Amino acid sequence: MQELEQLLSRAQAAIDGAADLAALDAVRVQYLGKKGELTARLKQLGSLPPEQRPAAGQAINRAKQTLQAALQARRSELEEQALAQALAAGAVDVTLPPRGEQPGGLHPVTRTLERIEAIFRAAGFAVHAGPEIEDDFHNFTALNIPENHPARAMHDTFYFGSGKLLRTHTSPVQIRSMLAQGAPIRLIAPGRVYRCDSDQTHTPMFHQVEGLVVDRGISFANLKSALHQFTERFFERPVELRFRPSYFPFTEPSAEVDVRSESGRWLEILGCGMVHPKVLENVGIDPEEFTGYAFGMGAERLAMLRYGVDDLRLFFDNDLQFLQQFSRVQP
Amino acid sequence: MKVSIDWLREWLDLPADPEEVAERLTSLGLEVDSIERLGEGLEHIVVGEVREVSRHPDADRLSLCRVDVGGAELLNIVCGAANLRAGGRYPVALPGAVLPGGLKIERSKIRGETSDGMLCSAFELQLAETADGIMELPPDLPLGEPIARALRLDDAVLDIDLTPNRADCFCVAGIARDLAAGLRSDLRLPRVVPVLPVSEVCVELRLDDPAACPRFAGRVITELNPAAETPEWMQSRLLRAGVRPIHPVVDVTNYVMLEFGQPMHAYDLDRLTGGLSARRARDGERCELLDGREVELDESLLIIADEAGPVGLAGIMGGARTAVQDSSRNIFLEAAFFSPAVIAGRARRLGLHTDAATRFERGVDPEHQLRAIERATALLQEITGGRPGPATEVVVAEQLPQRRPVRLRRERLARLLGTAVPDDAVADIFERLDMQVASDADGWRVTPPPARFDIEREEDLVEEVARIHGYDRIPETPGEMPALLGAASEHAVPLARARLTLVERGYHEAVTWSFTDPDLDARFSGGGPGLPLANPISGALSVMRQSLWPGLALAVQHNVKRQQERVRLFETGLRFQRRGDEAEEIPVIAGIVFGSRWPEQWALPDEPVDFFDIKGDVLALTALSGASEQFACEAAEHPALRPGRAARLCREGEPIGWLGELHPELVARLELPSAPLLFEIETAPLLASAVPAFRSLSRFPAVRRDLSPVVAETVPAGELLAAVRHAAGPLLRELRLFDIYRGDKVETGSKSVSLGLILQDTSRTLTDADVDEVMQAVAEQLRRDFNATIRE
Repeated sequence: MQELEQLLSRAQAAIDGAADLAALDAVRVQYLGKKGELTARLKQLGSLPPEQRPAAGQAINRAKQTLQAALQARRSELEEQALAQALAAGAVDVTLPPRGEQPGGLHPVTRTLERIEAIFRAAGFAVHAGPEIEDDFHNFTALNIPENHPARAMHDTFYFGSGKLLRTHTSPVQIRSMLAQGAPIRLIAPGRVYRCDSDQTHTPMFHQVEGLVVDRGISFANLKSALHQFTERFFERPVELRFRPSYFPFTEPSAEVDVRSESGRWLEILGCGMVHPKVLENVGIDPEEFTGYAFGMGAERLAMLRYGVDDLRLFFDNDLQFLQQFSRVQP
Repeated sequence: MKVSIDWLREWLDLPADPEEVAERLTSLGLEVDSIERLGEGLEHIVVGEVREVSRHPDADRLSLCRVDVGGAELLNIVCGAANLRAGGRYPVALPGAVLPGGLKIERSKIRGETSDGMLCSAFELQLAETADGIMELPPDLPLGEPIARALRLDDAVLDIDLTPNRADCFCVAGIARDLAAGLRSDLRLPRVVPVLPVSEVCVELRLDDPAACPRFAGRVITELNPAAETPEWMQSRLLRAGVRPIHPVVDVTNYVMLEFGQPMHAYDLDRLTGGLSARRARDGERCELLDGREVELDESLLIIADEAGPVGLAGIMGGARTAVQDSSRNIFLEAAFFSPAVIAGRARRLGLHTDAATRFERGVDPEHQLRAIERATALLQEITGGRPGPATEVVVAEQLPQRRPVRLRRERLARLLGTAVPDDAVADIFERLDMQVASDADGWRVTPPPARFDIEREEDLVEEVARIHGYDRIPETPGEMPALLGAASEHAVPLARARLTLVERGYHEAVTWSFTDPDLDARFSGGGPGLPLANPISGALSVMRQSLWPGLALAVQHNVKRQQERVRLFETGLRFQRRGDEAEEIPVIAGIVFGSRWPEQWALPDEPVDFFDIKGDVLALTALSGASEQFACEAAEHPALRPGRAARLCREGEPIGWLGELHPELVARLELPSAPLLFEIETAPLLASAVPAFRSLSRFPAVRRDLSPVVAETVPAGELLAAVRHAAGPLLRELRLFDIYRGDKVETGSKSVSLGLILQDTSRTLTDADVDEVMQAVAEQLRRDFNATIRE
């Protein structure tokens, strides 16, 4: 019996000393394998006198169970250790940059136009479009700008050999839409416009948004309210506006609108006025029954004020250093 | 139009601060662009008198001056100018002064002699463009008085940006009238008293085209003093208005023009031959103008002519032959009314820009000609003396612009403005604007003054009331609007979605010019040159683009030059497909990718973009339609794309765009280090979409079978897939291409394409026999169409 005790304590030491699962298995084989020491004891039971067999058998079985329990405990321990090691080995640096593409971004002019559209759509304005190559009638004559009118000198127009021209403003969309639809009408018309002019503050192409409301009883007071609401929605702050008399052949009375900048200066942002009765007559709307207002604003101008861009020409250089500033995610 | 506040102040009371005057003018629609303060920067510069001048002991060219600036002691000032004399008065900059050029004046020693300040030239005070010595001041200026006050420089010049409708404000009188109305202050116009003639001499005047020139007035003045000089006050007013003093007679005509807006012209009487007529030029006639240029005339031009021919372009510029000279003693003064229609555009066409043309083409007061003659005569009498003849005029009254009363209904005024303006305020506004008003039960009947060409109908009067009453006093009233609901169509995907798809795939949106270089455009679009502009800004921007690619490629080039290694750009807009003299506007969406497939980083290999990257982006766009299966790429040749790496995109067989790799020639021409990939697709057919139609879901299991046909390398995968779909019929739910094998196990020049077919029926479980039948049909089709062998 003492021998069995010694065997157990040798085995226990071997189990405790097993560094990994393979070593542990070697210990198991050494004691419990087919040719294991304990197995050998069991096999020797037959050679004992019969009266000793039950007691010896019991002792060996207990020893076997003890050994098995110790092996199992050590196995769990080693398995946990192995798992912990495997997990530790598989850990990643979660602060590394991710795989794959980074989002690009919309052009600031598109971003601006989309906001303007959203603001006016919410008030029931439809978004209309028109051709960029226009004729004299839609771009000038119907808008009460007859030939030789000094206002034509205000528009440096690009012409084609056929006499057609690149629209100098989005106002011709007014004419097309009123001719097609009549009154009442409520629309904005964003798009590219062209002027034969290129310097620090002028580009030969830029974007405008035309607005038009014609209905019964539309007044200058309605125009003031609409534009004040618009500028406050657009700049997302309370805005002080100044309407000052100006001149456009297609509106009467006409106004230019300034916003007070945060530094206190007045900055011109758009032109507007009550639709000239001649314009309404030109599209077959009775100016006695209907009145309306119209406005036109430059998208680049608004984008410059909103985002603090200080050079108009940047909008057309397509420099990634510029465009990336309007990405939804910074690179 | 430049106007001096000092001049305005003579005619009405104004706020002290020029800023306030400017703000008021702007609020009246006379926008002040800038304010130039004349006296600015002249503090500590005073009037001084030189008492003694002596030679500097140590410097030949310097003088020592004892200068009286009205103080208890004389100042010692060292000066290098040669024109000093004892008893002369000069501007003295005292210690502490900072000259307009930035020079700071301090007490100093110059070669050992103390200098208590500096004597200044007109140039140093920026009162003249050049200077010859120290500025000599009139002897009556008080000693010690600040120079700005002494020279009446405490003035400000307002530069007003006039709108084209306000021709009447091209003069001090017009601006003063509006300002007086706005300020509700009294206007003190100078009185014009007719000058009695002391001679009988006159020039015969004739109107040959009364529609173009219905009124022509003039007067002869003889025996002027040719040595007379324009007085300082008039010179300074002219200068402040931006007009250079030239000669007393010319200066007076300019002064009267600035004062009342009537351009005048003066002729040397002795150089005129016979009477003057206003007539159309004859084709081929020539006229040498005041500026020395000779212009060839034609019928569209109105001229003034004597018996020897043209003496000037009416309303634009006088001729050289009869111009007033320094020696002129006898003159003829002209003041006429020319119809704006006969002046408009002519000066511009001839490349001339004159004050007269600017005013005549917008319209001058047709009643003012004789008054202008009288005013000019009176001023000349003071300056040059002379013997005036009678003021004469010829006029065809029915050709003059007619002044018609315009009605303004009270109800219309209130309706247009959205607020009521009190009756008496309305009448007061019109009266202050020199309009005749008669009121009745419904409103007013208003006759504008002759200079107001812009008042034609009721709305024009509404604007007058609104601007004088004040735009800021009109309330803000939200409009009522009918509830008209918006559309939410499922037949077209919004363009904004397509933009966002590309943004999510790493593209930045670009905006490039709609006009481009004709050669590049032709090279990129493969056709003839685009529609040319008649007046382009430059050769590189002279035709309408027929493709968005040149602009995008140039944008890539721009970025590559700025050290960008990876560029992905897209643009939406029109291309202008030329059709003879016109161009069809086709909305497209186009993109370009250049550089690495992925942003440089640790987890992905650094590989250049290739065709399949851009194809993936294009398919992401086609997927927006919800009908990807309708789109197909087919190999085709495009002049801007590399052969063998170009594809035409079709939707249900109709070509709608292109994608591929930029042609190596163009890559070289644009000096790009590697080839970009491009696409351009027409947006309308790309984004057309259908309302989804529901089909019932299958409750029965799907079966997958794989098939690996070996076909020639030249067989396009697209055609193979189409054939499989066709042969498999309605049981095919999904078709996958999961491998392409080239190598030992297939013949050279062949490829094995591995296809996965997923088959399913909605009404029953498919049997092996069903599936075998489909697979056999597919295999048969592929054998027939592509001579395929089926790899097991």
